Amino acid sequence: MTAPFPTHKQEEWRYADLDALKPVWEQFAEPVTLTVGAGESLEEVWLPVADDVQLRRVQLALGAGAKARLFVLNTAPVYGRIELEVSLEEGAEFELHGANIGTGLSTNEIVTRVRHVGVGGRSRQVVRSVLNGKAVGSYLGKVEVARGAQKTDAEQSVKAMLIDRGATANCKPELEIFADDVKCAHGASVGELDPMQLFYAESRGMDPATARALLVEGFVMGLWESAKQPEAISNAARDALRRVV
Amino acid sequence: MLDISNLHATVADKPILNGVSLHVPAGEVHAIMGPNGSGKSTLAYVLAGRPGYEVTEGSASFEGRDLLAMEPHERAAAGLFLGFQYPVEIPGISYLQFLRESLNAQRRSRGEAELSGSEFIKLAREQANLLGMDTEMLKRPVNVGFSGGEKKRAEMVQMGIMQPRFALLDETDSGLDIDALRIVGDGINRIMRAPDKGVLLITHYERLLEHVHPDRVHVLIDGRIARSGDIQLARELESSGYAEAVA
Repeated sequence: MTAPFPTHKQEEWRYADLDALKPVWEQFAEPVTLTVGAGESLEEVWLPVADDVQLRRVQLALGAGAKARLFVLNTAPVYGRIELEVSLEEGAEFELHGANIGTGLSTNEIVTRVRHVGVGGRSRQVVRSVLNGKAVGSYLGKVEVARGAQKTDAEQSVKAMLIDRGATANCKPELEIFADDVKCAHGASVGELDPMQLFYAESRGMDPATARALLVEGFVMGLWESAKQPEAISNAARDALRRVV
Repeated sequence: MLDISNLHATVADKPILNGVSLHVPAGEVHAIMGPNGSGKSTLAYVLAGRPGYEVTEGSASFEGRDLLAMEPHERAAAGLFLGFQYPVEIPGISYLQFLRESLNAQRRSRGEAELSGSEFIKLAREQANLLGMDTEMLKRPVNVGFSGGEKKRAEMVQMGIMQPRFALLDETDSGLDIDALRIVGDGINRIMRAPDKGVLLITHYERLLEHVHPDRVHVLIDGRIARSGDIQLARELESSGYAEAVA
């Protein structure tokens, strides 16, 4: 049976483009489950596809000492949503390196719920959004630390860059902590290109368009530096940025 | 080569330059000294075209072309180089990538062939070595984590790679220890001392001038050139201060 169609009243669907989602809901509603057994490692690169509406709902269960790293590029032409529910057993490590690159009227969002259930888990989420026109890019990230999940180390770093004034970025890191010896850091910023960086690049000979493209590239491309095979996602991100900047 | 005439400029509607006139012929190095707030950096920024620095009167031309009508990148392609007082950090972009993009953009606009990756790395390595800079640093993001002295040295490496016709150097000597000062001074002489090149060197200290031996020294006060002379003027300023020297 298909999960009930969401509404904007649900916090995790607040910024979603439900009109775009409606016709394809049945196809995507059922979450995919990934399990990484104790001590094992998983690294995945999620590239965008050609569809106007793209939805990925994934439940990721990490056993004791398991490691998972996800590199995600979210750049659907109409509506893209990456939805992740992650659970970490003792000593598990989870990394998400994600980008929303949106143009025109598109909505792209990364929505995560990371549950630290075991002691000493580590999660690190880094999300960068680059948006032009009237595009919307969102990160809604909830980190839950269960009672007894001491020594949890959770980090969320969220930054958005708006190329045009009409674009919108939503950043909502959220913490729910039921243990007293944990480290949970989060930072969020929304900005435009730095005028001094632009002038520096132009004073070296780059025309304004080249300078803007390079600075935005620098803002995003650091995400893939730790990937084992960064080529495909780097190229896809570069292509996406060319449409935006 | 560089002709500045009665230049007035404002920053945020505040007048900073109040009629600067200056002529730097090809083959010469001129120094500008002056107290804090006298307009030295503003002059450099106006000549390089920084947004927000508005020229209200006067003119500036470079090799007969109206400098003030050109965009910052066009000035660079014409051969103007600004050495920044505070070099800007750019996370996520390596120095090599930044400089290769810059140089190739200049070359494209001059109708010259772009340098390949390997040609560029060879050039960058040569210039870094000449200025005593570890080539590994060029793989790091632009100026991120560099000390004050390393940033200034990196500006000189950039100048060596760009080979400009004219360099505006804004307090390139500040933040340098004595050895680094000598290396930078030698770099300026090696890269810019040529019959068809020119330098305008902004500094607070006479020490760099002992390495570079400027042909002329100007004192900028309240947005005007208050006095001009040779290196003897710089030595006089060093010992007696601005108030006495221009009284």
